[in-house]
Amino acid sequence: MKTRYSYGGDEHIFVECDEEMSLDAFFKSLSMATAVKKAKIKGVTEICPANASFQVKFDPDVIKPAEMLKRLRMIEKAAAKANPLIKSRIIEIPVYYNDPWTRETAMRFRDRHQDPKSTDIEYTARINGLDGVDGFIRAHSGAPWFVSMVGFVAGLPFLYQMVDRKRQIQSPKYLRPRTDTPKLTVGHGGCFAAIYSVRGAGGYQMFGITPVPIYDPNQKIKHLRDFMCLFRPGDIVRFKPIGREEYDETVAAVEKGKFKLKIKDVTFDLREFQKDMDGYNAKLMGALNGH
Amino acid sequence: MAIKVIKPGLSTTVQDLGRPGYYHIGIPVSGGMDRLALKCANLLVGNKEGAAVLEAVFMGPELQFTEDAVVAVTGAELPPLVNGEPRETWTSFKVKKGQTLSFGFLKKGARAYIAISGGIDVPVVLGSRSTYALGALGGFKGRKLDVGDRLPVGKGRVVKEGRRIPEKLRRSPGAPAELRMVPGLYWHRITEAAGKQFFSDTWKVAPEADRIGYRFRGGKPLDFVPREQPFGAGSDPSNIVDACYPYGSIQVPGGTEPIVLHRDAVSGGGYFMVGTVISADMDLIGQLQPHTPARFVEVTMAQALKARNDQTKLYDKIKSSL
Repeated sequence: MKTRYSYGGDEHIFVECDEEMSLDAFFKSLSMATAVKKAKIKGVTEICPANASFQVKFDPDVIKPAEMLKRLRMIEKAAAKANPLIKSRIIEIPVYYNDPWTRETAMRFRDRHQDPKSTDIEYTARINGLDGVDGFIRAHSGAPWFVSMVGFVAGLPFLYQMVDRKRQIQSPKYLRPRTDTPKLTVGHGGCFAAIYSVRGAGGYQMFGITPVPIYDPNQKIKHLRDFMCLFRPGDIVRFKPIGREEYDETVAAVEKGKFKLKIKDVTFDLREFQKDMDGYNAKLMGALNGH
Repeated sequence: MAIKVIKPGLSTTVQDLGRPGYYHIGIPVSGGMDRLALKCANLLVGNKEGAAVLEAVFMGPELQFTEDAVVAVTGAELPPLVNGEPRETWTSFKVKKGQTLSFGFLKKGARAYIAISGGIDVPVVLGSRSTYALGALGGFKGRKLDVGDRLPVGKGRVVKEGRRIPEKLRRSPGAPAELRMVPGLYWHRITEAAGKQFFSDTWKVAPEADRIGYRFRGGKPLDFVPREQPFGAGSDPSNIVDACYPYGSIQVPGGTEPIVLHRDAVSGGGYFMVGTVISADMDLIGQLQPHTPARFVEVTMAQALKARNDQTKLYDKIKSSL
C-alpha cells in the first residue's frame, strides 16, 4: 500500500491510499481525512473521503498548493502511528429484495444487460456461485457493510461488505448505463453496493428497494430533520430482508412520521475485526439489537 | 417585491457563489458557472458580489416586474429588451413597475447573468441560494424556473442606471477555446503518445453539456498503459476504484470522450481522470456553446497560479472602474 499524491488543478490535492480496494486502504483514507479535518488548516474548504482515497479542496490564495501538500504528508506520518479505531454508527436498512419496481425497470433496459434472460439478482447469484435468489439474499444480508464513501449525487452511500475478499459479492455494471433507476434502489457495481438517493440514471445491478428515505432536501422526514443526508463515511449498515407487507407498512409509517430508524453508536476496531470477522460482526449485530 | 415569470427560458436557475462544505456527502458547490460575470452583474446594480441572480442558458426568460428595479445582464451576449426596447448588456438599466424584461436571440456565449437590485431573495439552504436541480435543493423550489413562478426580490440600494463595464475588461473564450489544465490524477494510465495526441487534437463541445459537466467529442481515443485491473475497480481500463472527482477534473470514460466536471459536479465515481482544468478557466467553460471547437493546453502549477492571480487583478480593475 503506497500513498500517491496528485494535484487536481490549483484548488485540489488528491491522495490515493491504494490503487485497489481493501478495508486497510479505506481505513487509511478515512483516518487521514479525519486528521486533516482535526488539523483545521486555514484555507481548506472541502475534505472528501472516498473508498481508497480522499481529496482536499483549498483556496490557493490562502494556502499555497506546495504548502498544502507538505501538511498532508506530515499528517500521513502521524496517521500511520494511530490505532485504526473509529467512532461509528450501525444502522439497520430494511430491503425488499427482488421487488416489482426494480424488476420492471430492469426489464425496460434488458438490452443493456450482460444476460438479458435473467434478472439482475439471478445473474449476480450465478456469477458469484450463490444458491439462487434466496442464496443471494442470505449472502447480501448476512454480513454488515461499511459506508466507504458518500457521493456521486447527494447522500448516495457506497458500501463495502465486511467479509473476506473471496466472499465479497462482485458484479459488473450494466453494459450501457440505464437512463432510469427507481429512488432508493439497492444496487451493486464492482465490489460496491449503493443506495440510489434520487431517481435517475445508473449503471449498477438492481437487487431491491428500501422503504427508508436516505435524502430529504426539505428535512421533513423524522430521521432527516437534523441533516438532509442520512449516511456519513464510516457508518456500518445491516441490510434486513423484508417482504411486501413490511415494505408497505414501513412506507406508511414514514409518511405518518411514525417510522423510527434503528441506529446505534459503536466503536469499530479494525485490528479486532481482522482477527475474527464473523465473530466481530455478530457482536455488532448484538449492539444494534441492544444486547 | 416579486417578479412574475411569464416565460421561463430554456433552463433559468437562481445562482449565487455557491455552497462549499458539503461535497463529501455528494452535494456540489453549485453557483454561477461563470462566476466573474455573475459578480460583475451584481456590482453593476449595487448588490454585494455574491447576491443571488438568474442564470439563463442559451435563451432568456420573460419577466414582469411589480416594482421599479435596476437590472444588469452580463456573461453571454443575450440582448435585453424592456417592453420590447433594446438595452445594452454589461450596463445597468431601469425596469419600471409593470414593465416586462425579455431577451432577443443569443449572439455570443452560452450563459447570461441577470442581476436585479436587491438580489433574488429565495431561502438560504446550507449557506447558499444556488439551485442544485439534481438534488432538488436550494434556488426556487429546487428547480429551474417555470411559467407563473413569483420570484421574491430583496430590498436594493438606489443606484444609477448606465453603469457599465468596458469591453476590454470582459472575458470570453477564444476560437478555438483554449482550456488550460494541469495533467495529473490518473494521467499515468494513458500512453505517452496518447498524452501528446490529447493536447494536439481539436475537440468539439458535445450537445451533452450542462451544469454537471461538459462533454467533448472529436479527438482520437486514448490508448491505455496495459495493466491488470486493481480489485474493486471494474474491468474497463478506464475504470478506477471509485474516487472523489475534483471540480474541473477531466474524466475520459472508455478513453473516448473527455468530460469536464463543473459546478454541479457528481462528487465521485469510477472513471479515471487525466487532469484538471485550472480555476481561472472554469468560467470560460460556462460560456461554450455546443459544437464550439476547444483545445486542452498543458500548464504547470506556477502558470495556473499566475492565471488565477491575473483573474483576481482583472476583477480588481473592474471594481475600480465602477
